[in-house]
Parts: sequence; structure tokens; C-alpha cells
Amino acid sequence: MELALSDVRGHSLDLNGIGHAFGATVALDEINLTVAAGELIALLGPSGCGKTTMLQIIAGFLRPSKGEVRFDGARVEHIPANRRRIGMVFQNYALFPHLTVFENVAYGLRARKTANAEVTAKVEQMLGLIQMAAFARRLPGELSGGQQQRVALARALAIDPGLVLLDEPFSALDKNLRLDMQIEIKSLLKTFGVTSIIVTHDQEEALSMADRIVVLNKGRIEQIDSPDALYDRPASLFISSFIGHTNLLRGTVTETDRVLLDAGPEIDLGRSVQRRRGTPVTISVRPENIAFGTERPGAIPVTIRTTVPLGAVSVTEGVTTSGEAVKISQARAAGIAKAQAGETAWLAITDTSRVSIFSTPVDDFTKHQQRSV
Amino acid sequence: MVPAGTNASRQLLPVIPLAVLFLAAFVLPLAALVLVSLFRDPQFSGLSLVQYLRFISDPFSLKVLSDTLWLGAEVALAALVLAYPLALVYVASGPFMRTLITFLIMLPLLTSTVVRTFAWIVILGRDGIINSAMLSLGLWQAPARLLYTWEGMVLALTQIQLPLMALPVINSLLRLDGNLTRAAEGLGASRARIFLTVILPLTLPGAIAGWLLVFAAAATAFITQTLVGGGRIILMPSYIYQQAVGVQDWPFSAALSLIFTLAVTGIVFAVGALSRRYLRGVDAA
Repeated sequence: MELALSDVRGHSLDLNGIGHAFGATVALDEINLTVAAGELIALLGPSGCGKTTMLQIIAGFLRPSKGEVRFDGARVEHIPANRRRIGMVFQNYALFPHLTVFENVAYGLRARKTANAEVTAKVEQMLGLIQMAAFARRLPGELSGGQQQRVALARALAIDPGLVLLDEPFSALDKNLRLDMQIEIKSLLKTFGVTSIIVTHDQEEALSMADRIVVLNKGRIEQIDSPDALYDRPASLFISSFIGHTNLLRGTVTETDRVLLDAGPEIDLGRSVQRRRGTPVTISVRPENIAFGTERPGAIPVTIRTTVPLGAVSVTEGVTTSGEAVKISQARAAGIAKAQAGETAWLAITDTSRVSIFSTPVDDFTKHQQRSV
Repeated sequence: MVPAGTNASRQLLPVIPLAVLFLAAFVLPLAALVLVSLFRDPQFSGLSLVQYLRFISDPFSLKVLSDTLWLGAEVALAALVLAYPLALVYVASGPFMRTLITFLIMLPLLTSTVVRTFAWIVILGRDGIINSAMLSLGLWQAPARLLYTWEGMVLALTQIQLPLMALPVINSLLRLDGNLTRAAEGLGASRARIFLTVILPLTLPGAIAGWLLVFAAAATAFITQTLVGGGRIILMPSYIYQQAVGVQDWPFSAALSLIFTLAVTGIVFAVGALSRRYLRGVDAA
């Protein structure tokens, strides 16, 4: 490689009190976010949560109604998109269909009036990095989805951006190809050391790509955390249902460290639940944190409904006596007897320290629960 | 079972009225025109190619043809230059403005060509709006000759034919993916560069379609050419009329008609074929 990639450094990004409204509709409210140089951040949320608006504000296509956007500490709200040194990768890639792969990658360099020899060197370097050198003379229409995506990323990175923004970059790809591309693109972004923000509604994509995930809901940030922390210690009922799959069970606080479940048993959580006795709560237990056990105190009786083999794991669904659905995820090792539909089984929580407790009534979230698996 | 032949002819039944009309009102007259053009003289005595040889060897006739084609090209180019800003404003507008702009574009199509042409005579005439305004403001000492000039004719034809250009260009622009211009902007391109390297090449099929429509319409616009251009500028439509009605030389005017028709359609097909050949990667309109 001719250019020393370690010289390329991303911007740090600060969003301070960003708010945006379209007419009477508030799309974003009080967004505060700090992204370190070189960090890979995912903006995750359901459609309509404001993530695309946030991306457009960072890119400079939209001026926020209020608040500050800072690159490396300097305010940039007044700087138009074409002077922000930002690399964008769009959902449909937005490659210029009438230009060759070479000219697509060269576009940003030519717009900056770079000398021809330098353009050629840089484009060839970029095409080499994405292993597309042999396709330089092709038109985008002659490439596969994965190839188009690589070209789109090369085009964005060719201008040595301080920030790369990726808008739902994998949604147009086949599911089989998606994980490969996620790994490939993550390593490319990390090689460049560029600060990257990926917008997605797909939690698996966010979990596999990001250093930290920003969960947005209804125009507000619900939680900013590492993928592991988000999964193990969700800050709200919304996040516990949105990130990964979970079981939500209703109950009532009986002692400082105990919850009596509507489903029957009293659970010892081994820590203070920080709530008064008698408070209705919802506990969130991940399907892989539940195992089949025997009848003993703390075990939850369920009637087995069905078992679904999902490759590496098999997921069994049962119903508690209180009518709540519970999913149990087991490694599909040989020798484990398959629970039969209609049978009664006793479930035990494997690790009570990984159970989350929320005060919000469960009824508002049954939708999310039904959606999982 | 119904025999296949009967089935096929039933399917063709609905197009028969149009086919008959097309045959009677277009193919037959055209055939008659070809036949008439092959007579040696206005008395229809004997067949020969003399009318065509007469055209090719006559510098005046050749000049009339090239002037006419040039007029079409010039008007189409002027309409193209005016249509792009209009189309860009349209695409950037909200629903209300779009409806208003569509209405304003369509309005000229809803009035007769004669009415529109007379409006231009009122504007451009010796005592017309422009001359009176400039004289009363003291900017001009004497009335300028605007009517019966080449420029006046180009101006009037451009306005009259503009809808034929604006509609296909707007249509192409609407189909352009907004992310492409956003991608170009994000890559640092100025507005001018975005227009020249992304918007223009990708809307070229619409622009070419519009250019061809306006070219053909302006080159053959007998009424506007005659009324705004006046008797001083001889173009193919009025030349044919003069030879047929004034001189009563039917074979020669028939030959002129066919040569003119072939020239216009030839250019339309040639430009169409060239654009398909060179617009790699761009959807055909």
C-alpha cells in the first residue's frame, strides 16, 4: 500500500441538545451523543424512531431545529454537506449508473479537483483493497449486490472522510451474504481508522458491527452501551424486547430480593430489586438463561406448545399457568430429549443475576414479545 | 374449440377502425404523394425523377431545407435550455406548486396555435407591447423590427413548443433517484458539477425525447412560421404551399413534401439511434 493508512484519522463527533421537528411532528428531541475518533457506532431503532433524521443532520442534508453538531469540537451546522468531508453509503448504494466502477470511486476526488495521476493511484489502491480491480471498467448494473456495496464503500472512503455514514447498508443483501459483508466492512472501516455511524433497524447488524449501540425510540435516546451491556443490562423494557429475544413475566415484589411471579413460583434474585413490597414488576429473562429442570421451589411450571429447530439451537415454547408465553433456547446437542407438545415441564432460571426488572406494565409490550422467534 | 385463426382475428377486431382511418388518411395520401412527385411536369405528362434532381441541383431549395431544419434545431435547443430550470423548480416544489406549474405548462396546449401566434404578433409588432414600452420609456429612438425576423420566429416557436420539452424532462427528473444527487453532494460536488455529471446525463433520454418532439414540431409549424416569420423568410412548409397553391406545380411540391418528411424523420431516427448507442447505463425514456 502506498498511503499509510494509520495517518487517516476520523473526526470525533458531538451532538449537543439536537432537536428536530417536521411541522408539528417532533422527529428528534434532546439528543446528546459523543463519538470518539475512530469509533464505530450503530444507531438502532424501529422505523420512525428518528434515526434517519439524525443521520441527515450529521451529514448536513438537514439543519437541526435546535442544538449543536460538532466535528473535532468545531460547530458545523452551517457547513453544507458537500464541504463536510463525509463518506455516505446508501441503502440502495446510489452508485452512478452511467459511470464505470473506476469513475464512481474517482467521483469525490474529481469533485475536489485532484490531479489525474493522483486520482488513478488512489482509485487503484481502493479497488485493490476491496478486491474489485478487475471490475474497474464495469458499470454498476453489471455487478452483484455485494460487489456494488463494496464499490459504494470504496467511493465513500476514497475521499479520506473524517466520518463515514452508512444508511441501512445491508438491507438489500441476501441473508447469507449479510454476515460476510458485515465482517468485511467492519474490518475495512477499522483499517481506515475512520469514525463510522451505521443506521439500522436490524439489531443483529448493530450487534455484529458496532463498538457502541445507540438505541433510539420515538425521537429519544433510550440507551447508549456496548452490544454486550445492552444485551445483558437493558435500561428499559423496550430495549430488553428490542435487542435479542426475551421472556417477559409479570410479578409482585414480596421481599427486597424476591419477586412472586404470576406464573407461580417466588424467585430469589440474589440482589435488592430497589422497589417497595407489593409493587407490580415485569422481569425479563433471556431464552438461553432458562433450562429444563425438576419440580422444586423457584421452578416455573409450563405446558409445552412446540419446539422449533433453528440450526445451532432449538427453541421450545411453553405457556405458564398465568397464560404468559415462555421461550427456552437450548444448544441442540445430541442426547437431549425433545419436550413433547402438551407435556408439563419445570423451568429454572440459570443465572438470576442476568434477570432484568422493570416497573412498566407488561401489557404494553406483549407485541414485542409475540414478535420474537 | 375455436380455431386459432378466428381467435386471432377477433383479437384484432378493435383496431380495425383505426387501421382503416390510418390507411385512408395517411398511407393512401402518402402513396398518392409519391406517385404525383414522379411526374415530369405539372401537366402530368410522363414519369421521371426530374423533380428530385431539380431539388438537389437548386441551391435555393437546398437552402430552404437547411434553414428549416436549422430552425427546428435552434428552437429545440432554446426550449431545452428553458425547460431544465423549470423542471428543477418543479421537482423541488411541493404538491400545490407542482399542480400550478403543470397547469401553466399545459395552458398553451389548450389554446389554438393561431391564438398563441397572434399573441406573439401583438407582442412583437411595430406598435406592439415591446416597442411601445421601449419607446415610451425613451430607451429606443425608433420602433425596432421584431416581427418578421428570424429571432422573433425562434422566440415565438420556443414558447409555443415548450410544453413538448418540459413534460418529458420533468418526467425524467422525477424518476431520478434522489440519493444519487445526495451521494454526489456528500462526495463534495458543487451544484453545477452535480447537474453536469449526474442530473444531466441521467435525464438525457427525456431531454432527447423532448428535443426531437420540439424539433419536428417547430420545423413543420406552418402557421407560426408564416405569421411571425412573414413572407420574407421562406421555409419548407410555406415553400411547399407556395409551389402547390401559388405556382400549381404539384409534382415539385409533392417531391418537396417527401424530401422534407424524410429529412425530419431521418434526423429523428438518427438522433434516437445515436442516443441509444451512447447512453450506456442510462434507462431509455
